[in-house]
Amino acid sequence: MSLALLVVQVLNGLQMGLLLFLIAAGLTLVFGVMDFVNLAHGVQYMIGAYLAAMFVAWTGSFWLGLALTLPTALAFGLLLEFVVFRRLYERDHLDQMLASFGLILFLNQAVKLIWGAEPLSVPMPDILSGGVRLMPGLLYPVYRLALIGVGLTMALGLHLLINHTRIGMLIRAGATNGDMVSALGVNIRRLFMIVFGFGAMLAGLAGALVAPILSVEPGMGDNLLILTFVVIVIGGVGSIRGAFLGALMVGLIDTLGRAFGTQMLRMALSPAAASQTGRSLAPMLIYILMAAVLFFRPSGLFPVKR
Amino acid sequence: MSGALLSVRGLTKRYGALVVNAGVDIDVAEGRLHALIGPNGAGKTTLVHQVSGMLKSDAGSIAFDNEDITALDMPARVRRGLVRSFQITSILPEYTVLENVALAAQARRSSSYRFFGKVARDKALNAAAAQALERVGLSARAAIGAGALSHGEKRLLEIATALALKPRLLLLDEPFAGLGQEESAACIELLKQLKTEFAILLIEHDMDAVFLLADTLSVLVNGRILASGAPDAIRVDPLVRTAYLGDGEAA
Amino acid sequence: MKTPAAIIFFALALVPLAAIYGPASYILNLGAHALIFALAALSLDFILGKGAMPSFGHAAFLGIGAYAVVIAASAGVDEILWQFAFASGAALVFALVTSSISLRARGVYYIMSTLAFGQMLYFLAVSLSAYGGDDGVTLASRSTLWGGPALRNDTIFYYVCLAALVLAYGLLETISASPFGRVLGALRQNPTRVEALGYRPFGYRLVATLISGAVAAVAGVLLANQSEFVSPAFMTWQRSGELLIMVILGGIGSLWGAILGAVGFVLVEELLSTVTEQWKLILGPLLILAAMAGRRGHA
Repeated sequence: MSLALLVVQVLNGLQMGLLLFLIAAGLTLVFGVMDFVNLAHGVQYMIGAYLAAMFVAWTGSFWLGLALTLPTALAFGLLLEFVVFRRLYERDHLDQMLASFGLILFLNQAVKLIWGAEPLSVPMPDILSGGVRLMPGLLYPVYRLALIGVGLTMALGLHLLINHTRIGMLIRAGATNGDMVSALGVNIRRLFMIVFGFGAMLAGLAGALVAPILSVEPGMGDNLLILTFVVIVIGGVGSIRGAFLGALMVGLIDTLGRAFGTQMLRMALSPAAASQTGRSLAPMLIYILMAAVLFFRPSGLFPVKR
Repeated sequence: MSGALLSVRGLTKRYGALVVNAGVDIDVAEGRLHALIGPNGAGKTTLVHQVSGMLKSDAGSIAFDNEDITALDMPARVRRGLVRSFQITSILPEYTVLENVALAAQARRSSSYRFFGKVARDKALNAAAAQALERVGLSARAAIGAGALSHGEKRLLEIATALALKPRLLLLDEPFAGLGQEESAACIELLKQLKTEFAILLIEHDMDAVFLLADTLSVLVNGRILASGAPDAIRVDPLVRTAYLGDGEAA
Repeated sequence: MKTPAAIIFFALALVPLAAIYGPASYILNLGAHALIFALAALSLDFILGKGAMPSFGHAAFLGIGAYAVVIAASAGVDEILWQFAFASGAALVFALVTSSISLRARGVYYIMSTLAFGQMLYFLAVSLSAYGGDDGVTLASRSTLWGGPALRNDTIFYYVCLAALVLAYGLLETISASPFGRVLGALRQNPTRVEALGYRPFGYRLVATLISGAVAAVAGVLLANQSEFVSPAFMTWQRSGELLIMVILGGIGSLWGAILGAVGFVLVEELLSTVTEQWKLILGPLLILAAMAGRRGHA
């Protein structure tokens, strides 16, 4: 295992973590502020990717496509909020899960109908393609570095938004005591709408950003949804800081575990046993992490006290 | 320690820098009613949570029947006879009134890990439940779903449930809250009777009830016991008047 | 037995008669499939409807049962009765270990915890190339019943599934009416009150989970036999989600409702998929409407 390989995988893990953070941030707020279990958050991510694919193809420009995707993703999120989710705020978590599950089925199929089941590809913008020499023997894709940059910027932006603006304060208050906020005269419905729309846009942005390097296909949001839930459970529901840390942990542990797990096991086990164990354990690592966190902190690392 | 059934010493609860209760001492003897009063926010309900076992204290000790129960959880304390009622009624709304009380009676059994046999037909449980309901005057409502009861009736259900647990000490958290004139009078009569059988620690706002029932009165202000003694003595204590009763009389 | 349950079982018992007039093998297999999911949904309703534990990893037990058949068969044990025992035992161990963490968590943390363990089992199955890995394993034939090949007859297999369902229903209904059941039901309504009565919730929730897991594992054994094929796809989180939906649709808590929900879901899914390839486009909104039509208030 060379240093270069380690650096690559750490960067990959960072990138995955930051992407997860973008998606998880919206979900943890929706859950924290509105106490709403939205299983369909993963499809917002998918929709973002498909919109990006579509707009980039139409306009021929990655940047234009991205610029068009964001407001569309936001509008789509608000549409879903208006048509489906608005009626379910007062409901049991189970009804919310039922409805969002139905939404997943519908949207995955709709996407297949409109764009076909074959994966779409989105061309990378020229100035971001190519590699950068980080160190001897290490050529790392510029695009991925850009993603890391965007992710960190968004994280900082969210931190400032949540902790240093009035709307952020309302969101934090809403997460601790929604009834009180409402009683204080804040239009809680509008707050919900803003949180929901914003979360949808973030997820859509993540999807759009990832489109050039992953395949855009139906159901791409499903497994990411599960990872996202793992992130917010580890971080503590309702906490942006928790989502950030949880996402980084998940991204790094999953990436490094898959890349180096078998090798590390070789230090203790025979090659065959290490190989088998490595293959079994690697995808399980983040779930083991989550179980461990829940064992010591049944409400996550930074639970928002209600 | 004396012959007190319940002996609380130096009980303290903090939330970070916020001290809710500090150094609280309370004794309750068998067959006596010790009332605890204090302005809102004085830390009364927190104290109830600490004594009942719902909250862990940061300092202090609780002895029950000469046994140190400070480290025990709520179910363990209940099984020893330290039973509480809730300020905001806590019942099982989907079960009938009888079933609510029968479940309490069931808790006195050695084990509820019994998987066969219709519990609804258990004569002994139903009889014990009926008896408790009779005492509080809820017999007529036995078959009604508990969620449909009026506020006053729910309070009585709480007391019936507590009785079915065969308590040694009743920890009552504002049982008079929200009761009408008649209901209050009936409740006072009930507590007068119950007082002779168990020890009672009564947390209350209703001054009439307190002065009619209390053998001992303690005043909790800002988490500290300001004064403690016979009700008549407390009534005229100048410290207490300014801190609490004074405001009350002006209102 | 409650009247609705009796009616449902009676109707289900008549299905093989209808099979005489149609494509028998298809009807009997679809019917058995529905019964098996009804059994799994029933077990989930026990912890969800009676105990307020919405497990999002219940399909793991189906997988345990199914793989128990594979593992037992590869060790030479083809008898289904032994396989039931083996599957239940494995389910108990799994439930015991995972509940020690899941049951410490409330609300969404519980849900996610059960999901995590379901995922772990799924990935474990995928990685075990000895048992087919991601592709799964085809069974040589159905298990034996008392040493004989009776289960290969679709009608007999259907009735075996129905018998399992009726027995499980009877068992869970009895337990619900027992002293244990009363505590469990109380835990769903007001856990604080239950503790204030002197009960410790953990033990009751744990035992309920153990019972539920064992029943679902039995369903898994039957599932392996019905499809004569076992793969990790039996225990994806989507599968667990479907089980939850079956219970929610049928009406949480009545036990027979879960049976209705499962049978309905399987049939609607089958019907829609024969009508159109785009059946999910229809099923999705149906679920959304069902959710909106429900009357359950905020938990």
